[in-house]
Amino acid sequence: MKARNADLWSGLALAFLAACIIVQASRWDYAGPDGPGAGFFPLWYGIAMLVLSAVLVASSLLRAQPEAVDWRGAGRAAAISAALAVAVVLFKLAGFAIGFAALAFFIVWAMYRRPWPLAAAVAVGLAGGFYVLFPLLLGVNLP
Amino acid sequence: MDVLSGLMHGFAVALQPANLLWCFVGVVLGTVVGVMPGLGPPATIAMLLPLTFLMNPAGAMIMLAGIYYGAKYGGSTTSILLNVPGESASVVTCLDGYAMARKGRAGAALGIAAIASFVAGTVGVVGLMLVAPPLAKVALAFSAPEYFSLMALGLAMVVLLAGRSMLKALLAMLVGLWIAGIGTDPFSTTSRFTFGRLELLSGIDFVVVAIGVFALGEVLACMESRAEGHALPVPKGLRNLLPTLQDLKDCRFAFVQGSVLGFLIGVLPGAGSTIASFISYGVEKAASRRPEEFGKGAVEGVAAPEGANNSETGGALVPLLTLGIPGSGTTAVLLAALVLWGFKPGPLFISENPNLFWGLVASMYIGNVMLLVLNLPLVPLFAQVLRTPGYVLYPVIIGISIVGVYSVSGSLFDVSLVVAFGVLGYLMRKLDYPAAPLILGLVLGGGMERALRQSLMMSQGDLAILATRPISAAMLGLAALILLVPLFNKLNAWRLQALE
Repeated sequence: MKARNADLWSGLALAFLAACIIVQASRWDYAGPDGPGAGFFPLWYGIAMLVLSAVLVASSLLRAQPEAVDWRGAGRAAAISAALAVAVVLFKLAGFAIGFAALAFFIVWAMYRRPWPLAAAVAVGLAGGFYVLFPLLLGVNLP
Repeated sequence: MDVLSGLMHGFAVALQPANLLWCFVGVVLGTVVGVMPGLGPPATIAMLLPLTFLMNPAGAMIMLAGIYYGAKYGGSTTSILLNVPGESASVVTCLDGYAMARKGRAGAALGIAAIASFVAGTVGVVGLMLVAPPLAKVALAFSAPEYFSLMALGLAMVVLLAGRSMLKALLAMLVGLWIAGIGTDPFSTTSRFTFGRLELLSGIDFVVVAIGVFALGEVLACMESRAEGHALPVPKGLRNLLPTLQDLKDCRFAFVQGSVLGFLIGVLPGAGSTIASFISYGVEKAASRRPEEFGKGAVEGVAAPEGANNSETGGALVPLLTLGIPGSGTTAVLLAALVLWGFKPGPLFISENPNLFWGLVASMYIGNVMLLVLNLPLVPLFAQVLRTPGYVLYPVIIGISIVGVYSVSGSLFDVSLVVAFGVLGYLMRKLDYPAAPLILGLVLGGGMERALRQSLMMSQGDLAILATRPISAAMLGLAALILLVPLFNKLNAWRLQALE
């Protein structure tokens, strides 16, 4: 993706966020009997965000030769992010040890293409290590 | 308490066995973190912050500060051996450090880096000790309008120097302000931006955002590729790590200017150690009798930036501890740590917490000695850290991040938020949005809103109060000038040059 598109889309996303902030902030008191209300500060940074994101969108459209954003490897980052999200669900359903071991196995086996016995050993070793270090030695609760 | 008695008191605190141990743990961890490309001090401090809640605050602060300045020592190792900076402040060390290593002088480069770091680190602590108490006395005269303007100035400085695009830095800062505003309004108890979620009523914990954006964001960026670097061999034996007398003689000016410049740049919010190291390198090259050797293995090209980035640490702690204004991502995390432990960094911090302030100062002297003693003989050991495979290292960082967040709140909702902020941090890197303004906006957002609203209460709603009080007007004027820099081609070119 060219930087023009990247800036355009990030600018539009920020403009949308700014619009949401302004709409929300306008529902709260701008000023009360004791001074500025809950909506005062958010309204002004929302307006600033809207103006600046509009400038970003406009400048991305006007730029002659945008630099390319290197998206190689973004697929790997997306896969790991998705695995993290699944791991959070697993923490709730099966506990930290199983969720974390599954995540570690996925990273070693699928992301780093290491043999499955090594992946399993790393996963079990890390999950066990965390259990020994945090709840047993440091008294810190795991999810 | 005068400086000398304060320092004596500080040594009594820092030399307690437990605090000595935490100092040692901090500097070793910092060195390891500095050695590892990708994992920086803000991420490490953010990850370990929740685990420090069980510790004595003085010991915890000593350890976290040890990570901060220890990382500066470690950062040079990968720059010299691998041509990959362990952290951004060590980028410039690659130029001459790696060139020296390729000529078979890796030992001398590592030795000079350690000595420069020691000299400058000590100068930085002396500066902190001498400058912080008088500055705190001046800041006692500040009221809400001055605080608002000071925070605005701090944010403007960070925006100026955080990245190539000031527009993106400003937008990142505004997103930080928005995240800071999530939760219950402290003045009216109105719930803001909570989307009907009870978990958001008390706001989003700083630790969640910092760990997500810094630690998970960095891990996702590092895991984009399976490739791992190959380090040049480290010379064995202490004798091979010691620079020659001629090296030391060549570096004498670099030691001094790196230390002084690094400290002065550190005091300015936003400038940071990366800028300090680049400016110091530029000054050294400009003043050198043989500038043509820079980039080809000049020993001063290692000493000056390494000195500057260590001395900057002492400087950066000055506005943090005396004004409560952090100047970088790392000091923002340290500020959050102090607040979480129940302290209020600001003009009264030193007088109300002499144990913590002077204990920290004294521990930094001790920590710098520990680092010098550790770094020279143990460089080969630290270099082994580079051999840790990514498929082991990154799951460990992810695990510590998750446990750290969960230990603060005991909430899986916060764990899912940290994943979301990790993705945000990754996207910010890809799209060239700097993370530091977001974190500073988040840290300063609450205080900034409070100071602005208090100012307007004082003036019955008249914004002119910010412009009619001289100190406030001067700081706001300076902030406005800073934000206008892109309109002046020459100044903007200088800014971009400093950043690149």
